[in-house]
Amino acid sequence: MFSVLTDNWPLFRDGFWLTIRLFVVSGVLSLIIGTALGAFRVSPVPALRGFGTGYVNILRNTPLTLVFAFLFFGAAKMDLALPNPFWTAVGALTIYTSAFICEVVRSGVNTIAPGQSEAARAVGMSFVQVLTIVVLPQAFRAIIPPLMSVLIALLKNTTIAAGFSVVEAGSIPAAMSERGENQLLTLVWITIGFLILIVPLIFLQRWAERRTAVA
Amino acid sequence: MSAVLYETPGPRAKLRNRISNIVVLVVLLGAIAWLILRMYDYGQFEGRLWRQFQYSSIQRQLLDGLLNTLKAAGLAAVLAMVFGAVFAAARISDHKWIRTPATLIVELFRAVPLLILMFYFYFGNIQFGLGLGPFWAVVFGLTLYNGSVLAEIFRAGIAAVPKGQREAAYALGLRKNQVVRLVLLPQAISAMLPAIVSQLVVLLKDTALGFIITYGELLYVAKQMGGRLTYGFPYIPTYIVTAVIYIGLCSLLSLLARYLEGRSRRRRKITGAPPPLPLSQDPGQGAPV
Repeated sequence: MFSVLTDNWPLFRDGFWLTIRLFVVSGVLSLIIGTALGAFRVSPVPALRGFGTGYVNILRNTPLTLVFAFLFFGAAKMDLALPNPFWTAVGALTIYTSAFICEVVRSGVNTIAPGQSEAARAVGMSFVQVLTIVVLPQAFRAIIPPLMSVLIALLKNTTIAAGFSVVEAGSIPAAMSERGENQLLTLVWITIGFLILIVPLIFLQRWAERRTAVA
Repeated sequence: MSAVLYETPGPRAKLRNRISNIVVLVVLLGAIAWLILRMYDYGQFEGRLWRQFQYSSIQRQLLDGLLNTLKAAGLAAVLAMVFGAVFAAARISDHKWIRTPATLIVELFRAVPLLILMFYFYFGNIQFGLGLGPFWAVVFGLTLYNGSVLAEIFRAGIAAVPKGQREAAYALGLRKNQVVRLVLLPQAISAMLPAIVSQLVVLLKDTALGFIITYGELLYVAKQMGGRLTYGFPYIPTYIVTAVIYIGLCSLLSLLARYLEGRSRRRRKITGAPPPLPLSQDPGQGAPV
């Protein structure tokens, strides 16, 4: 059981390291883009709202695998391919995850009592000030748990890159299969690897939930 | 549109909004025009790339792919519901020896990437020669993952029924089985229906993972079509057609979920059915695999 891991340690190490990099880079990018999209969706400008709504509705109803396929096989046909497989995978994960973060941000904004921003406006704050000083800090408290769920899903979704020959953790079984290793034991190790990555996130989520709970 | 953030605009704000609106529209249309021009420049609108969709054999292949997608999604949906119901029941059991393993199993399947779950069945089949094709790997993977999520949805729905109802039912002398079956479950299901349907959208989308383990679903068929040299590698046209099909299907389901949500919200005002889940527990939001 252990020899499967120890004999092929570099493969596991590199695979999971790439998984972590994919997760962190696309997580940060999705947070930035998703928050911007969420702001679009609550802005007073109809075109921005329309763009946000359209983006979310299209991406949330498209399989992530299809987004990957578009970027890996389709974009190259128009010379729009990203520089390498890593960034292409980051692109697909970010495009997809942003839509979910946008939804979380939007619903978080809607949890704020209107009186809060009415008071902020009454003291003369502008839209941007109301959003950044009063509404978003409170909204973040409400959205941390669902946001963590989206990020956990993102971490799991990185495995899809395996279908597009990005050598992250999800691609280890295929590589091991070529080496003639026991695939089920390989999968057990990959499962353990993902549990090691995800369980702390789940605990962090629970902790944040308790910590930020509104009394 | 959120009344939280801004007041009804006055004349100056109206003007400003209108100007920003025009600027944004120009930028957006410009971006779309650039993309279309780019597609045109790279010959993506050439008749050769689109011609194949006129042939009935190609249409039949797409239809077969779609049917395979629906077959896997339909079977997995039914199995996931059963799995979810069984494990939700186990998780609210009074016996610790039932509750604890059920909780562990549900948490485990929710934490493992779906593709890895499918790999277990796919590679397990190859290793032990079980004679289960990729179809079953897709179905079982989807069942375990979505079943676990559904178990959580069912459980949350049961927990959301006001405590007094349970107490009243026990006071009337009902058994636990009857309390759950007659009082809690009907209310939980109607309150959770939108979340359940949203989860089915997730399930339907996730069938596209079958492409990676060579199950001949819609995306798999699309990849094959896109790779045809005779039609000049029409990847973009086929993916556009595929995307339209997926978005159409999932939007229909999403609309259903939204309709159910609106209906249950209207009804709640009248009958005082259980409140919606707090944001943090709404599974429809957090499970975008």
